[in-house]
Amino acid sequence: MKAITKQKIVFSILKVMSFMVIAILFLIIGFIFIKGIGVINWGFISKMPEEGMLKGGILPAIVGTLCLIGGSMLFAFPIGVCSGIYINEFLKDGPLKRFMRLMTDNLAGIPSIVFGLFGMALFVNKLKFGDSILAGSLTLGILALPVIIRTTEEALRSVDDLHRQASYALGASKLYTIKKVVLPIALPNIITGLILAIGRVSGETAPILFTVAAYFLPKLPHSLFEQAMALPYHLYVLATSGTDIEKAKPMAFGTALILITIVLICNLLANLIRAKFKKK
Amino acid sequence: MIQIKNVNFYYKDFHALTDITMQIPDKAVTAFIGPSGCGKSTLLRLINRMNDLIDGTRLTGNILVEGQDIYDKKVEVEELRKKVGMVFQKPNPFPKSIFENVAYGLRVQGMKNETEIKDRVEDAIKKAALWSEVERILNNNATNLSGGQQQRLCIARCLAVEPHVILMDEPASALDPISTAKIEELVLDLKSKYTIVIVTHNMQQALRISDHTAFFYLGELVEYNTTHDIFHNPAQEKTKNYVTGQFG
Repeated sequence: MKAITKQKIVFSILKVMSFMVIAILFLIIGFIFIKGIGVINWGFISKMPEEGMLKGGILPAIVGTLCLIGGSMLFAFPIGVCSGIYINEFLKDGPLKRFMRLMTDNLAGIPSIVFGLFGMALFVNKLKFGDSILAGSLTLGILALPVIIRTTEEALRSVDDLHRQASYALGASKLYTIKKVVLPIALPNIITGLILAIGRVSGETAPILFTVAAYFLPKLPHSLFEQAMALPYHLYVLATSGTDIEKAKPMAFGTALILITIVLICNLLANLIRAKFKKK
Repeated sequence: MIQIKNVNFYYKDFHALTDITMQIPDKAVTAFIGPSGCGKSTLLRLINRMNDLIDGTRLTGNILVEGQDIYDKKVEVEELRKKVGMVFQKPNPFPKSIFENVAYGLRVQGMKNETEIKDRVEDAIKKAALWSEVERILNNNATNLSGGQQQRLCIARCLAVEPHVILMDEPASALDPISTAKIEELVLDLKSKYTIVIVTHNMQQALRISDHTAFFYLGELVEYNTTHDIFHNPAQEKTKNYVTGQFG
Protein backbone atom coordinates (compact mmCIF):
# COMPACT_ATOMS: atom_id res chain seq x y z
CA MET A 1 0.00 0.00 0.00
CA LYS A 2 1.22 3.46 -0.77
CA ALA A 3 2.25 5.54 2.22
CA ILE A 4 -0.16 8.28 1.26
CA THR A 5 -3.13 5.89 1.04
CA LYS A 6 -2.19 4.40 4.38
CA GLN A 7 -2.05 7.86 5.90
CA LYS A 8 -5.46 8.71 4.50
CA ILE A 9 -6.98 5.57 5.98
CA VAL A 10 -5.49 6.23 9.42
CA PHE A 11 -6.68 9.84 9.39
CA SER A 12 -10.16 8.72 8.38
CA ILE A 13 -10.28 6.28 11.28
CA LEU A 14 -9.16 8.98 13.73
CA LYS A 15 -11.77 11.33 12.31
CA VAL A 16 -14.59 8.81 12.58
CA MET A 17 -13.60 7.94 16.15
CA SER A 18 -13.57 11.53 17.33
CA PHE A 19 -16.85 12.35 15.63
CA MET A 20 -18.34 9.29 17.28
CA VAL A 21 -17.60 10.81 20.70
CA ILE A 22 -19.47 13.97 19.76
CA ALA A 23 -22.29 11.90 18.29
CA ILE A 24 -22.66 9.98 21.56
CA LEU A 25 -22.84 13.24 23.51
CA PHE A 26 -25.52 14.63 21.19
CA LEU A 27 -27.38 11.34 21.30
CA ILE A 28 -27.55 11.40 25.09
CA ILE A 29 -28.55 15.04 25.31
CA GLY A 30 -31.03 14.67 22.44
CA PHE A 31 -32.56 11.53 23.95
CA ILE A 32 -33.01 13.16 27.37
CA PHE A 33 -34.30 16.33 25.75
CA ILE A 34 -36.96 14.61 23.63
CA LYS A 35 -38.10 12.35 26.47
CA GLY A 36 -38.01 15.04 29.11
CA ILE A 37 -39.14 18.26 27.44
CA GLY A 38 -42.81 17.18 27.62
CA VAL A 39 -43.07 17.66 31.36
CA ILE A 40 -40.97 20.82 31.55
CA ASN A 41 -42.95 23.92 32.36
CA TRP A 42 -42.71 26.65 34.95
CA GLY A 43 -44.59 24.49 37.47
CA PHE A 44 -42.10 21.66 37.10
CA ILE A 45 -39.23 23.77 38.31
CA SER A 46 -41.14 25.93 40.79
CA LYS A 47 -43.50 23.51 42.58
CA MET A 48 -43.21 20.88 45.25
CA PRO A 49 -43.71 17.25 44.18
CA GLU A 50 -47.32 16.06 44.53
CA GLU A 51 -49.33 12.84 44.42
CA GLY A 52 -46.56 10.37 45.12
CA MET A 53 -44.11 12.47 43.08
CA LEU A 54 -46.09 11.78 39.91
CA LYS A 55 -47.36 15.33 39.65
CA GLY A 56 -46.14 18.76 40.63
CA GLY A 57 -42.54 19.84 40.37
CA ILE A 58 -39.06 19.10 41.55
CA LEU A 59 -38.17 22.42 43.18
CA PRO A 60 -36.78 20.95 46.42
CA ALA A 61 -34.47 18.64 44.48
CA ILE A 62 -33.18 21.55 42.37
CA VAL A 63 -32.57 23.68 45.44
CA GLY A 64 -31.00 20.74 47.25
CA THR A 65 -28.57 20.06 44.40
CA LEU A 66 -27.64 23.74 44.14
CA CYS A 67 -27.01 23.82 47.91
CA LEU A 68 -24.82 20.73 47.64
CA ILE A 69 -22.83 22.16 44.71
CA GLY A 70 -22.32 25.46 46.55
CA GLY A 71 -21.53 23.83 49.90
CA SER A 72 -19.09 21.29 48.53
CA MET A 73 -17.23 23.87 46.42
CA LEU A 74 -17.07 26.33 49.31
CA PHE A 75 -15.28 23.60 51.22
CA ALA A 76 -13.25 21.88 48.50
CA PHE A 77 -12.15 24.75 46.27
CA PRO A 78 -10.02 26.65 48.82
CA ILE A 79 -8.52 23.46 50.26
CA GLY A 80 -7.85 21.97 46.84
CA VAL A 81 -6.28 25.13 45.43
CA CYS A 82 -4.11 25.59 48.54
CA SER A 83 -2.88 21.98 48.33
CA GLY A 84 -2.18 22.37 44.64
CA ILE A 85 -0.15 25.52 45.30
CA TYR A 86 1.75 23.83 48.09
CA ILE A 87 2.57 20.72 46.07
CA ASN A 88 3.66 22.57 42.94
CA GLU A 89 5.25 25.74 44.29
CA PHE A 90 6.70 24.78 47.65
CA LEU A 91 7.59 21.10 47.53
CA LYS A 92 10.92 20.25 45.96
CA ASP A 93 11.04 17.34 43.56
CA GLY A 94 11.54 14.33 45.77
CA PRO A 95 9.87 11.57 47.72
CA LEU A 96 7.41 13.84 49.58
CA LYS A 97 6.13 15.39 46.36
CA ARG A 98 5.77 11.98 44.75
CA PHE A 99 3.97 10.72 47.83
CA MET A 100 1.52 13.65 47.84
CA ARG A 101 0.78 13.13 44.14
CA LEU A 102 0.30 9.40 44.60
CA MET A 103 -2.09 9.96 47.50
CA THR A 104 -4.09 12.50 45.52
CA ASP A 105 -4.42 10.02 42.68
CA ASN A 106 -5.44 7.32 45.10
CA LEU A 107 -8.12 9.58 46.53
CA ALA A 108 -9.43 10.09 43.01
CA GLY A 109 -9.59 6.35 42.49
CA ILE A 110 -11.79 5.56 45.49
CA PRO A 111 -15.30 4.49 44.41
CA SER A 112 -17.87 7.14 45.26
CA ILE A 113 -20.00 4.77 47.34
CA VAL A 114 -17.03 4.42 49.71
CA PHE A 115 -17.02 8.20 50.16
CA GLY A 116 -20.70 7.92 51.01
CA LEU A 117 -20.01 5.33 53.65
CA PHE A 118 -17.11 7.34 55.06
CA GLY A 119 -19.21 10.50 55.09
CA MET A 120 -21.92 8.72 56.99
CA ALA A 121 -19.49 7.32 59.55
CA LEU A 122 -17.60 10.59 60.10
CA PHE A 123 -19.94 13.50 59.45
CA VAL A 124 -23.37 11.98 60.09
CA ASN A 125 -22.56 9.76 63.07
CA LYS A 126 -19.24 10.68 64.66
CA LEU A 127 -19.55 14.48 64.33
CA LYS A 128 -23.31 14.22 64.79
CA PHE A 129 -24.27 16.45 61.85
CA GLY A 130 -27.02 13.93 61.11
CA ASP A 131 -28.35 13.44 57.60
CA SER A 132 -27.82 17.02 56.49
CA ILE A 133 -26.74 19.36 53.75
CA LEU A 134 -23.56 19.95 55.74
CA ALA A 135 -22.66 16.25 55.87
CA GLY A 136 -23.51 15.82 52.20
CA SER A 137 -21.53 18.87 51.12
CA LEU A 138 -18.46 17.77 53.05
CA THR A 139 -18.66 14.27 51.61
CA LEU A 140 -19.05 15.58 48.06
CA GLY A 141 -16.28 18.08 48.76
CA ILE A 142 -13.81 15.32 49.61
CA LEU A 143 -14.81 13.54 46.43
CA ALA A 144 -14.09 16.68 44.41
CA LEU A 145 -10.74 17.44 46.07
CA PRO A 146 -8.45 15.37 43.83
CA VAL A 147 -9.87 16.92 40.67
CA ILE A 148 -9.29 20.42 42.02
CA ILE A 149 -5.81 19.64 43.36
CA ARG A 150 -4.61 18.03 40.15
CA THR A 151 -5.96 20.74 37.85
CA THR A 152 -4.50 23.45 40.11
CA GLU A 153 -1.15 21.69 40.01
CA GLU A 154 -1.26 21.33 36.24
CA ALA A 155 -2.31 24.95 35.86
CA LEU A 156 0.63 26.13 37.99
CA ARG A 157 3.07 23.82 36.27
CA SER A 158 2.16 25.26 32.89
CA VAL A 159 3.19 28.76 34.02
CA ASP A 160 6.49 29.47 32.27
CA ASP A 161 9.38 29.53 34.73
CA LEU A 162 10.68 32.63 32.94
CA HIS A 163 7.85 34.61 34.56
CA ARG A 164 8.86 33.44 38.03
CA GLN A 165 12.50 34.30 37.32
CA ALA A 166 11.57 37.74 36.02
CA SER A 167 9.69 38.42 39.23
CA TYR A 168 12.49 37.16 41.48
CA ALA A 169 15.02 39.20 39.52
CA LEU A 170 13.02 42.33 40.36
CA GLY A 171 13.39 41.62 44.06
CA ALA A 172 10.03 39.94 44.64
CA SER A 173 9.69 37.26 47.28
CA LYS A 174 8.33 33.83 46.50
CA LEU A 175 4.95 34.58 48.07
CA TYR A 176 4.63 37.87 46.17
CA THR A 177 5.59 36.11 42.94
CA ILE A 178 2.97 33.43 43.44
CA LYS A 179 0.30 35.98 44.34
CA LYS A 180 0.97 38.55 41.63
CA VAL A 181 2.41 36.57 38.74
CA VAL A 182 1.88 32.82 38.99
CA LEU A 183 -1.72 32.68 40.23
CA PRO A 184 -3.12 35.28 37.83
CA ILE A 185 -1.60 33.41 34.90
CA ALA A 186 -2.83 30.05 36.17
CA LEU A 187 -6.29 31.20 37.27
CA PRO A 188 -8.19 30.46 34.04
CA ASN A 189 -6.96 26.89 34.14
CA ILE A 190 -7.63 26.56 37.86
CA ILE A 191 -11.22 27.53 37.12
CA THR A 192 -11.33 24.62 34.68
CA GLY A 193 -10.77 22.44 37.73
CA LEU A 194 -13.75 24.06 39.38
CA ILE A 195 -15.89 23.32 36.33
CA LEU A 196 -14.86 19.68 36.30
CA ALA A 197 -15.47 19.39 40.03
CA ILE A 198 -18.94 20.91 39.78
CA GLY A 199 -19.80 18.52 36.99
CA ARG A 200 -18.64 15.61 39.06
CA VAL A 201 -20.35 16.69 42.27
CA SER A 202 -23.72 17.58 40.81
CA GLY A 203 -24.24 14.15 39.32
CA GLU A 204 -23.05 11.93 42.15
CA THR A 205 -25.66 9.80 43.86
CA ALA A 206 -23.73 7.38 46.04
CA PRO A 207 -22.02 9.91 48.33
CA ILE A 208 -25.30 11.66 49.17
CA LEU A 209 -27.26 8.48 49.63
CA PHE A 210 -26.35 8.04 53.31
CA THR A 211 -25.43 11.61 54.15
CA VAL A 212 -28.15 13.99 53.01
CA ALA A 213 -30.60 12.75 50.42
CA ALA A 214 -34.25 12.61 51.34
CA TYR A 215 -36.65 10.29 49.50
CA PHE A 216 -39.50 12.75 49.68
CA LEU A 217 -39.33 16.10 51.46
CA PRO A 218 -41.70 18.64 49.97
CA LYS A 219 -40.17 21.73 51.55
CA LEU A 220 -37.13 23.87 51.03
CA PRO A 221 -34.19 23.54 53.44
CA HIS A 222 -33.76 26.32 55.98
CA SER A 223 -30.43 25.37 57.49
CA LEU A 224 -27.30 23.37 56.79
CA PHE A 225 -28.42 20.78 59.31
CA GLU A 226 -31.51 19.74 57.40
CA GLN A 227 -31.91 16.91 54.96
CA ALA A 228 -32.61 17.81 51.38
CA MET A 229 -33.73 16.23 48.15
CA ALA A 230 -31.22 16.18 45.31
CA LEU A 231 -31.66 15.72 41.57
CA PRO A 232 -29.59 12.58 40.97
CA TYR A 233 -31.16 10.77 43.91
CA HIS A 234 -34.63 11.97 42.96
CA LEU A 235 -34.00 10.61 39.48
CA TYR A 236 -32.95 7.28 40.95
CA VAL A 237 -36.05 7.16 43.14
CA LEU A 238 -38.40 7.99 40.28
CA ALA A 239 -36.81 5.39 38.04
CA THR A 240 -36.63 2.54 40.54
CA SER A 241 -38.72 2.89 43.64
CA GLY A 242 -41.61 5.28 43.11
CA THR A 243 -45.22 4.37 43.62
CA ASP A 244 -45.83 3.86 39.91
CA ILE A 245 -42.63 3.53 37.93
CA GLU A 246 -44.26 3.59 34.47
CA LYS A 247 -46.15 6.80 35.22
CA ALA A 248 -43.07 8.35 36.79
CA LYS A 249 -40.95 7.93 33.67
CA PRO A 250 -41.67 11.32 32.09
CA MET A 251 -40.96 12.95 35.47
CA ALA A 252 -37.66 11.05 35.62
CA PHE A 253 -36.60 12.27 32.18
CA GLY A 254 -37.67 15.79 33.08
CA THR A 255 -35.51 15.59 36.18
CA ALA A 256 -32.59 14.32 34.12
CA LEU A 257 -33.02 17.20 31.70
CA ILE A 258 -32.96 19.73 34.53
CA LEU A 259 -29.85 18.10 36.00
CA ILE A 260 -28.03 18.26 32.67
CA THR A 261 -29.14 21.85 32.21
CA ILE A 262 -27.78 22.85 35.62
CA VAL A 263 -24.42 21.26 34.84
CA LEU A 264 -24.30 22.97 31.44
CA ILE A 265 -25.17 26.35 32.97
CA CYS A 266 -22.46 25.90 35.62
CA ASN A 267 -19.95 25.09 32.86
CA LEU A 268 -21.06 28.09 30.86
CA LEU A 269 -20.73 30.42 33.84
CA ALA A 270 -17.30 29.09 34.74
CA ASN A 271 -16.22 29.45 31.12
CA LEU A 272 -17.37 33.05 31.09
CA ILE A 273 -15.42 33.76 34.26
CA ARG A 274 -12.40 32.05 32.74
CA ALA A 275 -12.64 34.07 29.54
CA LYS A 276 -12.88 37.25 31.58
CA PHE A 277 -9.76 36.44 33.58
CA LYS A 278 -7.90 35.43 30.46
CA LYS A 279 -8.59 38.80 28.91
CA LYS A 280 -7.22 40.57 31.96
CA MET B 1 32.65 47.44 41.65
CA ILE B 2 31.96 43.72 41.62
CA GLN B 3 34.72 41.59 43.10
CA ILE B 4 34.75 37.88 42.39
CA LYS B 5 37.23 36.02 44.59
CA ASN B 6 38.26 32.40 44.17
CA VAL B 7 34.79 31.32 43.14
CA ASN B 8 34.14 27.64 42.60
CA PHE B 9 30.65 26.49 41.72
CA TYR B 10 29.16 23.03 41.49
CA TYR B 11 25.89 21.63 40.13
CA LYS B 12 25.70 18.45 42.20
CA ASP B 13 28.93 16.70 41.12
CA PHE B 14 29.62 18.87 38.11
CA HIS B 15 32.33 21.45 38.68
CA ALA B 16 30.91 24.34 36.66
CA LEU B 17 33.29 27.14 37.62
CA THR B 18 36.89 26.73 38.69
CA ASP B 19 38.64 29.28 40.85
CA ILE B 20 37.36 32.47 39.20
CA THR B 21 38.87 35.73 40.41
CA MET B 22 38.12 39.01 38.68
CA GLN B 23 37.03 42.58 39.28
CA ILE B 24 34.27 44.16 37.24
CA PRO B 25 34.56 47.95 37.06
CA ASP B 26 31.71 50.41 37.68
CA LYS B 27 29.90 52.30 34.91
CA ALA B 28 31.34 50.25 32.10
CA VAL B 29 30.25 47.30 29.99
CA THR B 30 31.94 44.01 30.72
CA ALA B 31 31.34 41.14 28.33
CA PHE B 32 31.55 37.44 29.20
CA ILE B 33 32.34 35.38 26.11
CA GLY B 34 33.12 31.76 25.46
CA PRO B 35 31.65 28.62 23.89
CA SER B 36 28.40 27.09 25.18
CA GLY B 37 28.77 25.44 28.55
CA CYS B 38 31.86 27.44 29.50
CA GLY B 39 30.19 28.80 32.64
CA LYS B 40 29.66 32.41 31.56
CA SER B 41 25.91 32.41 32.25
CA THR B 42 26.43 30.54 35.50
CA LEU B 43 28.84 33.20 36.74
CA LEU B 44 26.45 35.95 35.68
CA ARG B 45 23.62 34.32 37.62
CA LEU B 46 25.79 34.12 40.71
CA ILE B 47 25.96 37.91 40.84
CA ASN B 48 22.24 38.28 41.63
CA ARG B 49 21.95 34.84 43.22
CA MET B 50 19.55 33.47 40.62
CA ASN B 51 21.32 30.13 40.99
CA ASP B 52 19.82 29.92 44.48
CA LEU B 53 16.66 28.73 42.74
CA ILE B 54 18.37 25.56 41.52
CA ASP B 55 18.57 22.60 43.89
CA GLY B 56 21.86 20.89 44.61
CA THR B 57 24.28 23.72 43.89
CA ARG B 58 27.30 24.66 45.97
CA LEU B 59 29.52 27.73 46.00
CA THR B 60 32.89 28.46 47.55
CA GLY B 61 34.72 31.76 47.45
CA ASN B 62 33.22 35.25 47.68
CA ILE B 63 31.37 37.68 45.48
CA LEU B 64 31.30 41.30 46.62
CA VAL B 65 28.96 43.91 45.21
CA GLU B 66 29.79 47.43 46.39
CA GLY B 67 31.96 45.94 49.10
CA GLN B 68 29.23 43.70 50.49
CA ASP B 69 29.64 39.92 50.38
CA ILE B 70 26.37 38.98 48.72
CA TYR B 71 26.42 35.39 49.98
CA ASP B 72 26.74 36.54 53.57
CA LYS B 73 23.89 35.22 55.73
CA LYS B 74 22.88 38.77 56.67
CA VAL B 75 22.17 39.72 53.06
CA GLU B 76 18.55 39.60 52.01
CA VAL B 77 18.44 38.23 48.51
CA GLU B 78 15.41 40.40 47.60
CA GLU B 79 17.38 43.55 48.51
CA LEU B 80 20.36 42.37 46.47
CA ARG B 81 18.18 41.81 43.41
CA LYS B 82 16.81 45.34 43.62
CA LYS B 83 20.38 46.55 43.37
CA VAL B 84 21.44 44.03 40.74
CA GLY B 85 18.84 43.81 37.98
CA MET B 86 18.68 41.22 35.24
CA VAL B 87 17.60 40.97 31.61
CA PHE B 88 17.06 37.47 30.30
CA GLN B 89 17.88 35.74 27.05
CA LYS B 90 14.28 35.32 26.01
CA PRO B 91 12.11 38.42 26.42
CA ASN B 92 9.85 37.55 29.35
CA PRO B 93 7.31 40.30 29.97
CA PHE B 94 4.47 39.35 32.31
CA PRO B 95 1.13 38.82 30.57
CA LYS B 96 0.01 42.15 32.00
CA SER B 97 -0.28 45.63 30.53
CA ILE B 98 2.85 47.45 29.36
CA PHE B 99 2.42 49.88 32.23
CA GLU B 100 2.01 47.19 34.89
CA ASN B 101 5.08 45.35 33.62
CA VAL B 102 7.28 48.33 34.31
CA ALA B 103 5.44 49.20 37.53
CA TYR B 104 5.88 45.66 38.86
CA GLY B 105 9.24 46.18 40.54
CA LEU B 106 7.99 49.39 42.14
CA ARG B 107 4.93 47.65 43.52
CA VAL B 108 7.20 44.91 44.84
CA GLN B 109 8.96 47.59 46.85
CA GLY B 110 5.62 48.64 48.26
CA MET B 111 5.34 51.92 46.39
CA LYS B 112 1.73 53.12 46.66
CA ASN B 113 1.73 56.66 45.29
CA GLU B 114 0.27 56.26 41.79
CA THR B 115 1.62 59.59 40.48
CA GLU B 116 5.11 58.63 41.56
CA ILE B 117 4.70 55.19 39.97
CA LYS B 118 3.48 56.81 36.77
CA ASP B 119 6.50 59.13 36.65
CA ARG B 120 8.94 56.33 37.34
CA VAL B 121 7.35 54.08 34.71
CA GLU B 122 7.46 56.82 32.08
CA ASP B 123 11.04 57.64 32.98
CA ALA B 124 12.12 54.00 32.75
CA ILE B 125 10.42 53.43 29.40
CA LYS B 126 12.08 56.56 28.06
CA LYS B 127 15.48 55.38 29.26
CA ALA B 128 14.86 52.10 27.47
CA ALA B 129 14.19 54.03 24.22
CA LEU B 130 10.70 52.58 23.92
CA TRP B 131 8.51 55.55 24.88
CA SER B 132 7.57 56.81 21.42
CA GLU B 133 6.46 53.32 20.43
CA VAL B 134 4.25 52.60 23.44
CA GLU B 135 3.13 55.90 24.96
CA ARG B 136 -0.33 55.55 23.42
CA ILE B 137 -0.78 51.87 24.24
CA LEU B 138 0.43 51.64 27.82
CA ASN B 139 -2.65 49.64 28.80
CA ASN B 140 -2.26 47.06 26.06
CA ASN B 141 -1.00 43.63 26.92
CA ALA B 142 2.79 43.53 26.74
CA THR B 143 2.77 40.14 25.03
CA ASN B 144 1.39 41.80 21.87
CA LEU B 145 4.61 43.76 21.36
CA SER B 146 7.28 42.53 18.96
CA GLY B 147 10.21 40.55 20.36
CA GLY B 148 12.55 43.51 20.22
CA GLN B 149 10.04 45.80 21.90
CA GLN B 150 9.39 43.17 24.55
CA GLN B 151 13.09 42.99 25.32
CA ARG B 152 13.37 46.77 25.64
CA LEU B 153 10.29 46.63 27.87
CA CYS B 154 12.10 44.09 30.05
CA ILE B 155 15.04 46.49 30.21
CA ALA B 156 12.64 49.29 31.20
CA ARG B 157 11.13 47.04 33.85
CA CYS B 158 14.61 46.46 35.20
CA LEU B 159 15.55 50.17 35.07
CA ALA B 160 12.40 51.25 36.92
CA VAL B 161 13.76 49.66 40.09
CA GLU B 162 16.86 51.86 39.70
CA PRO B 163 19.47 49.13 40.02
CA HIS B 164 23.18 49.89 40.15
CA VAL B 165 24.17 46.83 38.21
CA ILE B 166 22.43 45.30 35.18
CA LEU B 167 23.14 41.72 34.25
CA MET B 168 22.26 40.77 30.69
CA ASP B 169 22.15 37.14 29.68
CA GLU B 170 22.48 37.10 25.88
CA PRO B 171 19.78 39.78 25.66
CA ALA B 172 19.77 39.96 21.87
CA SER B 173 20.25 36.33 20.91
CA ALA B 174 16.53 35.81 20.23
CA LEU B 175 16.15 39.04 18.24
CA ASP B 176 16.48 40.12 14.62
CA PRO B 177 19.45 42.31 13.51
CA ILE B 178 17.54 45.61 13.70
CA SER B 179 16.23 44.92 17.20
CA THR B 180 19.70 43.75 18.18
CA ALA B 181 21.19 47.04 16.99
CA LYS B 182 18.65 48.92 19.11
CA ILE B 183 19.53 46.91 22.19
CA GLU B 184 23.24 47.48 21.62
CA GLU B 185 22.70 51.20 21.19
CA LEU B 186 20.73 51.18 24.41
CA VAL B 187 23.48 49.35 26.28
CA LEU B 188 26.03 51.95 25.16
CA ASP B 189 23.63 54.63 26.27
CA LEU B 190 23.11 53.14 29.70
CA LYS B 191 26.72 52.51 30.61
CA SER B 192 27.33 56.04 31.80
CA LYS B 193 24.96 55.37 34.69
CA TYR B 194 25.03 51.63 35.28
CA THR B 195 27.51 48.84 35.69
CA ILE B 196 26.62 46.40 32.94
CA VAL B 197 27.68 42.80 32.64
CA ILE B 198 26.63 41.11 29.43
CA VAL B 199 26.91 37.49 28.41
CA THR B 200 27.10 37.04 24.69
CA HIS B 201 28.00 34.32 22.22
CA ASN B 202 28.34 36.98 19.55
CA MET B 203 31.95 38.17 19.46
CA GLN B 204 31.22 41.09 17.18
CA GLN B 205 28.68 42.26 19.72
CA ALA B 206 31.24 42.06 22.53
CA LEU B 207 33.65 44.01 20.38
CA ARG B 208 31.05 46.66 19.56
CA ILE B 209 29.69 47.39 23.00
CA SER B 210 32.02 46.27 25.77
CA ASP B 211 34.95 47.97 27.47
CA HIS B 212 36.28 44.81 29.06
CA THR B 213 35.97 41.24 27.97
CA ALA B 214 36.40 38.00 29.89
CA PHE B 215 36.93 34.81 27.95
CA PHE B 216 35.79 31.61 29.64
CA TYR B 217 36.54 28.06 28.63
CA LEU B 218 35.41 24.88 30.40
CA GLY B 219 34.58 26.71 33.60
CA GLU B 220 37.82 28.63 33.78
CA LEU B 221 38.54 32.26 33.23
CA VAL B 222 41.16 32.06 30.49
CA GLU B 223 41.76 35.72 29.93
CA TYR B 224 40.32 39.00 31.12
CA ASN B 225 41.42 42.32 29.73
CA THR B 226 40.22 45.40 27.88
CA THR B 227 38.09 44.41 24.94
CA HIS B 228 40.65 45.94 22.61
CA ASP B 229 43.43 43.73 23.91
CA ILE B 230 41.31 40.58 24.01
CA PHE B 231 40.45 40.95 20.35
CA HIS B 232 43.59 42.51 18.98
CA ASN B 233 46.35 41.38 21.26
CA PRO B 234 45.29 38.26 23.19
CA ALA B 235 47.89 36.85 25.55
CA GLN B 236 46.59 33.30 25.46
CA GLU B 237 46.60 30.97 22.49
CA LYS B 238 43.07 29.75 23.34
CA THR B 239 41.69 33.28 23.41
CA LYS B 240 43.29 34.03 20.08
CA ASN B 241 41.83 30.89 18.52
CA TYR B 242 38.39 31.68 19.89
CA VAL B 243 38.21 35.35 18.92
CA THR B 244 39.55 34.63 15.46
CA GLY B 245 36.81 32.05 15.03
CA GLN B 246 38.98 28.96 14.93
CA PHE B 247 36.75 27.14 17.43
CA GLY B 248 33.63 27.76 19.43
